Amino acid sequence: MALLEIDAVSKNFGAVAAVDRVSLAVEHGELFALLGPSGCGKTTLLRLIAGFETPDSGRIVIDGSDVTSVPPYRRPVNMMFQSYALFPHLDVAGNIAFGLKQEGMERRRREARVAEMLALVQMSDYARRRPHELSGGQKQRVALARALAKMPKLLLLDEPLAALDRKLREETRLELIGIQERVGTSFVFVTHDQEEALGMASRIAVMNEGRVAQIGRAAEIYEYPGSRFVAGFVGAVNLFEGTLVVAFNGLTLRVPDIENLLPLSDAADLPEGSAAALAVRPEKLALSPRRPDGIAIAATVASINYQGGVSVVHLATDAGHVLKAQMDSDAAAAFGRGDELWASWDPVDAVVITR
Amino acid sequence: MIGFGPWRRWALIAPPFVWLTVFFLLPLVAVAAISLSQSADAIPPYTPLVARGANGIELLASLDNYRLIAGDLRAYANSLIYAAVATVLCLLVGYPIAFAIARAPKAWRNPLLFFVILPFWTSLLIRVYAWIAILQPTGLINRSLRALGLIDAPILLINNEFSVILGLVYAYLPFMILPLYGSLSQLDESLVEAAADLGARPSLVFRDVVLPLSLPGVAAGALLVFIPAIGEFVIPDLLGGPGTLMVGKVLWQEFFDNVDWPAAAAVAVVLVGLLTAPLLLAQRLVERPAPGEP
Repeated sequence: MALLEIDAVSKNFGAVAAVDRVSLAVEHGELFALLGPSGCGKTTLLRLIAGFETPDSGRIVIDGSDVTSVPPYRRPVNMMFQSYALFPHLDVAGNIAFGLKQEGMERRRREARVAEMLALVQMSDYARRRPHELSGGQKQRVALARALAKMPKLLLLDEPLAALDRKLREETRLELIGIQERVGTSFVFVTHDQEEALGMASRIAVMNEGRVAQIGRAAEIYEYPGSRFVAGFVGAVNLFEGTLVVAFNGLTLRVPDIENLLPLSDAADLPEGSAAALAVRPEKLALSPRRPDGIAIAATVASINYQGGVSVVHLATDAGHVLKAQMDSDAAAAFGRGDELWASWDPVDAVVITR
Repeated sequence: MIGFGPWRRWALIAPPFVWLTVFFLLPLVAVAAISLSQSADAIPPYTPLVARGANGIELLASLDNYRLIAGDLRAYANSLIYAAVATVLCLLVGYPIAFAIARAPKAWRNPLLFFVILPFWTSLLIRVYAWIAILQPTGLINRSLRALGLIDAPILLINNEFSVILGLVYAYLPFMILPLYGSLSQLDESLVEAAADLGARPSLVFRDVVLPLSLPGVAAGALLVFIPAIGEFVIPDLLGGPGTLMVGKVLWQEFFDNVDWPAAAAVAVVLVGLLTAPLLLAQRLVERPAPGEP
């Protein structure tokens, strides 16, 4: 049985549906990401799980018991706040002990647990510091230790890395994964950063306008986006909009302004004549000065965006389509602005999207 | 500080210094000096502190006025007790009000605060007279109770400790509510949520998070009520009786009725001394890191 089951949960703020009939399940030991742009309802969903908001309809079940109308102080979940929300009048040890005191844990055991938590986040030397004497990264560790101290079944993290600077964010990402593996608690974290979700989560729910757009493992979401939104939000993408037509040995996509019919690899049961899009990731797009065999589109290099190890080549077709191709910077160095090239891809690497 | 030479800096600091020296320090020294002299039938009505005597210049200061005060401390005791009780009552009444306003929807907060300050639009004197009309034996309360047949003889609501403390609480309540509101409205809502998330029932969220973080507001409010309440004159004069003598009243009597400036000055000096202690204490409370500070 799943640890967390969210069943058709909706939450409206006035006329706005912040969360709209969301259903998902999180298993024991998962590191689960709620990914989406700001205003997609991911934070509201997290607050619904924590109990700070009550759903207008639907059910939330944690570890087999229905907590839909249970107040936050009786739920077996803890939350790490985006602002950390450390108590300014308590020192680091006092903050971590806060939840243990509330459940009336005996003093000796409490102190042992606080010490254990401080060691877990490598803050043992800072037990007597006040929050205002800590750096951002240290506050983040204390907030994590405080949220884990009660050994919740489920830990909720609201944008856990957003307040850290870039370098620290990458280190902390690995640490969070390590801590999650060590304590074995399920983590559900909210993020707007697709890299963070892809790099950390065992599974991702991509949200848009209050709904779950797609749930799956990072690779699934990236390789097989289920909708135009997911394809565009998670990673960069070349989208060819067109109509499905039967030709030669199967379904193909007719794209206005592109002479060739684009072959499809996995569009078996789609009706002919319906609108669809073909998604090709920039790193799957190959460029060559001579026309290759099979499908190819003529385009001119508009700019080359150097990003260190890799570069992104932006191209424009005669019809005005913009294409992006990502490759090693060494390979990109062979091209220059204004070069007329052929863009091609293996049909297996392209995904048909109908939603 | 670039561009601020010593002269410029002094020019900035000087006005408040001059102001405090001329209008606070010098008068205070003058009052202290007068408190050491004796009353006399003269203009001004006290003996000079220094006089040319047989042995040259003599100092005529004496502590007689202070001995007089030390002989009868009832007025000070009353003032301290009434002010302390009024402060506690203001806190008990004011805290829920400030809390409710701070938690009210944003659009309601300013109108509600407006109602808290509204009484200031009428003079305190007039509002205290209104209390006389309500509390006196033929006043609103007694007549209503009699009309309802609940009492036969009027109950004593005025010219006693009850009416003095009621008046103090009524007059100084806004001074408690405003600083409390100030510190409660700054309280980060996510701290309240964090406490609930960590298992604290609402009553414990209040005890362990809200109350400790509002202590600077409590200290400021208590100070703003306690200090002026000790020296209050109008309320004990109009609502009090012979048994509720307060220092402000004594000061008035010595100065205007007895024309004993030195005695009145001594009363004032002791009062200032009394008020310094709670001020220093409160200063320490307020100087602790404010809630929500980075």
